[in-house]
Amino acid sequence: MITLDQVTKSYEMHGGHRTVLDRINLRVNKGQKIGILGRNGSGKSTMVRLISGAEYPTSGSITRSMSVSWPLAFAGGFQGSLSGLDNLRFVCRIYDASIERAIPFVEEFSELGRYLREPVKNYSSGMRARLAFALSMAVEFDCFLIDEVVAVGDHRFHVKCHEELFVKRRDRAMIIVSHNPAFIKAHCEAAVVLVAGTLHHFKTVDEAFSFYSEHETE
Amino acid sequence: MQGASSFWESLVIQWRVVRALLMREIITRYGRHNIGFFWLFVEPTIFCCGVMEIRVLFHESVKGGLPMAAFAITGYSTVLLWRNCGNHCSGSITPNLSLLYHHNVRVIDVLASRIILELAGCAMSFMMLMIVFGATGIIKPPEDWILLMAGYLLMAWFAGALAIWVCAMTELSEVFERIWHPITYFMLPISGLAFMVDWLPQKYQKLAMAVPMVNGVEMIRDGYFGKVVRCHYSALYLVCWSLGLTLTGLTLLKIFARTVEPQ
Repeated sequence: MITLDQVTKSYEMHGGHRTVLDRINLRVNKGQKIGILGRNGSGKSTMVRLISGAEYPTSGSITRSMSVSWPLAFAGGFQGSLSGLDNLRFVCRIYDASIERAIPFVEEFSELGRYLREPVKNYSSGMRARLAFALSMAVEFDCFLIDEVVAVGDHRFHVKCHEELFVKRRDRAMIIVSHNPAFIKAHCEAAVVLVAGTLHHFKTVDEAFSFYSEHETE
Repeated sequence: MQGASSFWESLVIQWRVVRALLMREIITRYGRHNIGFFWLFVEPTIFCCGVMEIRVLFHESVKGGLPMAAFAITGYSTVLLWRNCGNHCSGSITPNLSLLYHHNVRVIDVLASRIILELAGCAMSFMMLMIVFGATGIIKPPEDWILLMAGYLLMAWFAGALAIWVCAMTELSEVFERIWHPITYFMLPISGLAFMVDWLPQKYQKLAMAVPMVNGVEMIRDGYFGKVVRCHYSALYLVCWSLGLTLTGLTLLKIFARTVEPQ
């Protein structure tokens, strides 16, 4: 279970504070798939950083009793001068995952071929994203954190990702953050809407969807 | 029991993360395709050549018959500790901020791996200098190994504590990041690299001993030379400095970690 209790996050700005998230509550149970809808600047990414543990809340608490992934397909943590394989070893060591088991999987899934032994700084952005996605699947998590639509690589690769994440791992919890209601509707059983730092809860995705449409211009 | 076992688990995770960061840092810094880890020995080796040159030119003529080479090695190895630790930890978090998305990785882990790597490198270069110069008969073995090691360990603590402090300050203040290097240049001549407290006029001796690094290097030299020289130092004074730097450094680091904003 992941619980956000009265979480507030504010940042120092020119001449004062700006509250990005205001006393937010959220609970994600094992296996539950929750969508977080919000337009640009509503605080979605801040919420992702807080849930992944990259930042601390200004006040309130976040508790995690299941393992949470880093934001899916997030490639920022790579060390450019290291090869894809070295980055893979690093991530496996951090999460105590088997390197021997991860290497063949990532080799096969990322389709990077010889490039896996090249420094990551020589990768195209698509190749980086493929490596990042494959790595996310090589380490097992109870809950996947998905920031924006998972559109990696070409159509065929996209289909592969979909199969790996939403079919093979359909028993896992997922937190999907997006401004695309259709994507959330397709994958989540519940949704919340972020409007100007406040989180609104709804019983069904449809209610969340109609609320989001009404407030889209706010 | 719950508390104890979860503390143990956190410790295991922390060690795993620091180890992973260490390996990543070693490969990044020294590379696979170059001479790799041996870079660690190159700087002291170049230094050895410098000392040999001075030895030939000046026919080993430091005050009171003190062996030149051993005097230089003890001074240099101590400077290497605090200078390398400080410099390599200055601003060391920002380039690695994206690692914080892996929620096991904390700011303190990134810094800890840096400090461990620096200290290990310095200690290895010190040992290698002693082995090479000792085997070739240029320097004699130390008089008191235990005192030497105790002095070195205390200096290592001081260097590590200084590194925490420098890291936190450079991350919190851009001004400090700019003035840290000039500060090291200023500290170099007063750090005991090239003098002994006993050589100074009486009235300056107290002043010199107010510099924490002077106490460290004097202690190390006391262990090395034994009765040949008179060393002035207070281990307790050095411990107080290290403890103070550790506590204030960790507090500053916590302030930084609380407000950190990875991209």
